[in-house]
Amino acid sequence: MSRMLVWLPLVLFAVLVGFFFRGLDLNPGEQPSALIGKPVPEFLATDLYTGQSLSNKDLPNQPYLLNVWASWCITCQVEHPFLTKLSQTLPIVGLNYKDTIPASTNWLGKLGDPYQMQISDPNGRLGLDLGVAGAPETFVVDARGIIRLKIQGEINDRVYERDIQPILEEFKP
Amino acid sequence: MILPEIGHFALVLAFAIALCQAVFPIYGYYTQQEGFMATAKPLAVMQGLALALSFGLLMYGFLSHDFSLKYVADNSNLDLPWYFRMSAVWGAHEGSLLLWALILALWGVAVSLLSRGIPEKMGSLVLSVMGMIAVGFLAFMLFTSNPFVRILPFMPGNGADLNPLLQDPGLIFHPPMLYMGYVGLSVAFSFAVASLISGEFDSSWARWSRPWTAVAWAFLTLGIALGSWWAYYELGWGGWWFWDPVENASLIPWFIATALMHSLAVTEKQGLFRRWTLLLAIAAFSMSLLGTFLVRSGVLTSVHAFANDPERGVFILGFLVVVVGGSLTLYAVRASKVSTPGEFGWISRESFLLFNNLLLTVMAISVLLGTLYPLLVDALGGDKVSVGPPFFNAVFVPLTAILVSGMAFGPLSLWRRSDDPKLFRPLIVALIVSVLCGLLWPIVFEDEFATGTAVGVSLAVWVAIATQIDVFRKVRAYGSLKTALARVERGIIGMWMAHLGVAFMIFGVVMVENHTEHRDLRMGVGDTQVLGPYDVRMTNVDIIQGPNYAADQATFEIYEGEQLYKTVYPQKRRYNASGMVMTEAAIDSGFTRDLYIAMGEPLDGGDWAIRLSVKPFVNWIWGGAFLMGFGGFVSITDQRFRRRVKVREASSSSEPGGAAA
Repeated sequence: MSRMLVWLPLVLFAVLVGFFFRGLDLNPGEQPSALIGKPVPEFLATDLYTGQSLSNKDLPNQPYLLNVWASWCITCQVEHPFLTKLSQTLPIVGLNYKDTIPASTNWLGKLGDPYQMQISDPNGRLGLDLGVAGAPETFVVDARGIIRLKIQGEINDRVYERDIQPILEEFKP
Repeated sequence: MILPEIGHFALVLAFAIALCQAVFPIYGYYTQQEGFMATAKPLAVMQGLALALSFGLLMYGFLSHDFSLKYVADNSNLDLPWYFRMSAVWGAHEGSLLLWALILALWGVAVSLLSRGIPEKMGSLVLSVMGMIAVGFLAFMLFTSNPFVRILPFMPGNGADLNPLLQDPGLIFHPPMLYMGYVGLSVAFSFAVASLISGEFDSSWARWSRPWTAVAWAFLTLGIALGSWWAYYELGWGGWWFWDPVENASLIPWFIATALMHSLAVTEKQGLFRRWTLLLAIAAFSMSLLGTFLVRSGVLTSVHAFANDPERGVFILGFLVVVVGGSLTLYAVRASKVSTPGEFGWISRESFLLFNNLLLTVMAISVLLGTLYPLLVDALGGDKVSVGPPFFNAVFVPLTAILVSGMAFGPLSLWRRSDDPKLFRPLIVALIVSVLCGLLWPIVFEDEFATGTAVGVSLAVWVAIATQIDVFRKVRAYGSLKTALARVERGIIGMWMAHLGVAFMIFGVVMVENHTEHRDLRMGVGDTQVLGPYDVRMTNVDIIQGPNYAADQATFEIYEGEQLYKTVYPQKRRYNASGMVMTEAAIDSGFTRDLYIAMGEPLDGGDWAIRLSVKPFVNWIWGGAFLMGFGGFVSITDQRFRRRVKVREASSSSEPGGAAA
C-alpha cells in the first residue's frame, strides 16, 4: 500500500504537466472577442424594478446597446449623461451587474433612468456568460440580436462617432 | 561600452561554473574521490562572485543610462530617479531572473560558508543539487531571456521608462525579499534530495534543514507582506489581498513551507514523519518553481503579469519537469526504504502537528486548484472561467478558523503522549476570555452585533492567550521572564512571536473585512464629507509636475471637530513616457485605523469621483506578518544549530533512530 503511495506525488505532477502543456497553446486573453458575431447568450433573469422574469425574447427587435453598469462604478456615473442623451435615438438595455437592488434603484432615482429595460444580475451570472470583466461595458447588438461590438470603459460622443455609429450603419436592417 | 560585455561574459562564466558545481561533487561522491567533492564549496563561491559582477554591471548600465542595452532602454528613462533606476534592474522579466539566479548563488555561498558542522559528503551533495538548479536557470536566461542584449550601432537616445506601477519604494524591497524566500526553499529542497541520494534519512538532515527553512520562510513571509502592502497603497484599490494568480503563486509555497517547518520539528525531535517531511521539502521548492512558471509563461492572466512568451513557457515547463519530476521519481524510488520508527498517542504534540500539516496542505492545494481551475477547464475544452474571491473566502475562512483553533493545543502539549487534562486546563480560561471578548467587541466598539467579527475576535484572542499561557509556564519554570528568555530555546521564542503575529493578523483581517467604512462620492472644491469621526474637506485641485510625470493633486483637510487634524494630498498621475495613469492614494496610517482617500475619474464641472475609506486596524495585518517573519529570524539564533558535528553524532547515537527522548 505505502509502497504504491510514494508514487502518487509523481503521478499527480505528471497530470498537472499535461494540463500545463495544453495550457501553453491556449490564450486566456482571447475571451473578449469570443462573442462578436454571436447572438446574445440565452438567459433567464429578473427585472430590476418589478422582479418579473426576463429572457431573450424580451430584448428589443431593433438595434440597441446593452450597457453593463453598477452603482458602485464611478465611470458609469460619468457616461450616464451621454447615455441619457443617446437613449432618445437608440434603445439602451441596462445590465445591473453585481449590485444590490436598493443601491441601484436609488442611483437611478437620483440620476434618472435612460434604460428601456433593466436586467438585474446581482451575482454576475449573466455577466460571466457575456465575458464581462468589469463595469462599464457596452455591447452593440443588431436587429437580429447578434452582438457586433464590445466596448470596455466609458462611452461618449467620440467613442460613439468613431466606433459605434459605423457598426450601426454596417448592420442596418 | 565594453562593460555590458563583461557583465554578459560573467553570466556565461557563472553558467560554466554552475555546470562544474553540478557535476564534480556528485561525480566525486559516486567515485569516492574527496578531491572532487571538495570542489563544491569554492565553485559555489566563484559562481556567487561571477553573478554578483554580472548583476552589478547591469545595475551600472541602468545608473549610467546605457541605452545600448535593450533591457535598460525598455525599462529606464533619463528622468527616472536614481533609486528607481536601481530597482528597475528587477523591474521586468530578464533582470528579475538575474536577481533570482544571484540570490540562488548567494544561498549557495551561505551554505558553503556556514556548513562546517555538516559532513563533507552531505555538504557537497547539497551544493551539487543547487548547482543543477542554477544550470537550469542560467541556461534559461542565456537562451531565452538575456538581459545583456544590445541595440547597436543605433542605440536609442532615451528609454521607454519603467512601468509606473513599479515606480514605488515598496517595489525596491518586495521582489528581493520574495525571491530570498522562493529561492531559499531550494536549500531545504537540496538537503532533502541529497539525503535521498545518500540514503541517510536519520534526524540529522532535519536538524540541518531547519535553520535554512526558517530563514527562507521568514523572507517569504516578509516578501508576501510587502507585496500586499504595496498593492494596498499603490494599486489604488485599497484592498490588501486580491487572490490574483501572481499573489497565489507566492502563497502556495508559503503554506507548504509553514507545514514543512512544523513537520521538520517532529522529524528532528522524534524521528517521525520522515517521508512526509522529505515530500514537503521537495514540494515547497517545486511550488516556488511552479509559481515562476505560472507568472512567466502566460498560461494564466494576471493584473501584474510580466511580458509573456510561449517559448519561455516551454523552457520553464521542461525545467520544471526535470527538477520536480526528477526529484519526485527519486523520492518514489527511495522513500519506500525510509522507515519511520516510533509511535505516538492520539493526543500528543505529534498528532496536533499532523493536524496542522494536513490543514496547511489542504490550504495550499485549495489555492493551487483555485488558481489553476480556469486553466484546467480551458484545457478540457470548457469555457473560459474565472475563480474569484468568493471561492477563496468560502474555503479559507473555515479552514483558517479550524487551524487557528487547533494552534492553541500544539505548544501546550507534550511529545508522544499528552492525554493529561491538567496540561490543557488553563485553556478553559482562554476559552472563556476569548468568547467574552468576541461577544463584547462588536457590542462595545461597533454599532451592531456581527457574527463574523465575534468569531474572528474570539479566535485572535484565543491564540494570543494560549501563547501567553505557554510563555507564562516557561517563566514560572525558570523563575523570571529574564531567565526564561535567556534559557528557553530560541526556536520556541520565535514560535511565540510567529503565533502572536497570526493573532494580530487575524484581528486585522477581521476588522478590515467586516468594518471598513467605504464611500465613493462626487466631490468638488469646497465640499465637505463626513468620514468616520472626521470631516473631510476638499480645498484645492492643482496640477503639479513630478520628475517624470504630471499629476492632478487634490488637497484634503481632515478636521476632528473644529480642529484641523491633517492635510493630505492624493494624486492622479500621468507618466510622460508611457502615458499610463496611476492613482496615488493619500493614506493617513494609524495604529487603530487608516484613512484612505483616492481620486477616481474627473467629472464634469471640475468635480472628481473620490473614494473615501476608514479601514480599521488594517496595519495589524502587516504588523502581524512582520512579527511572524521576525520570529522566523529569531528561531535560527538557536545554539543547537551551531553545535559542531561531533556533539550531534554523540547525541544522535544515544537515541537509536532518533525516536527516543
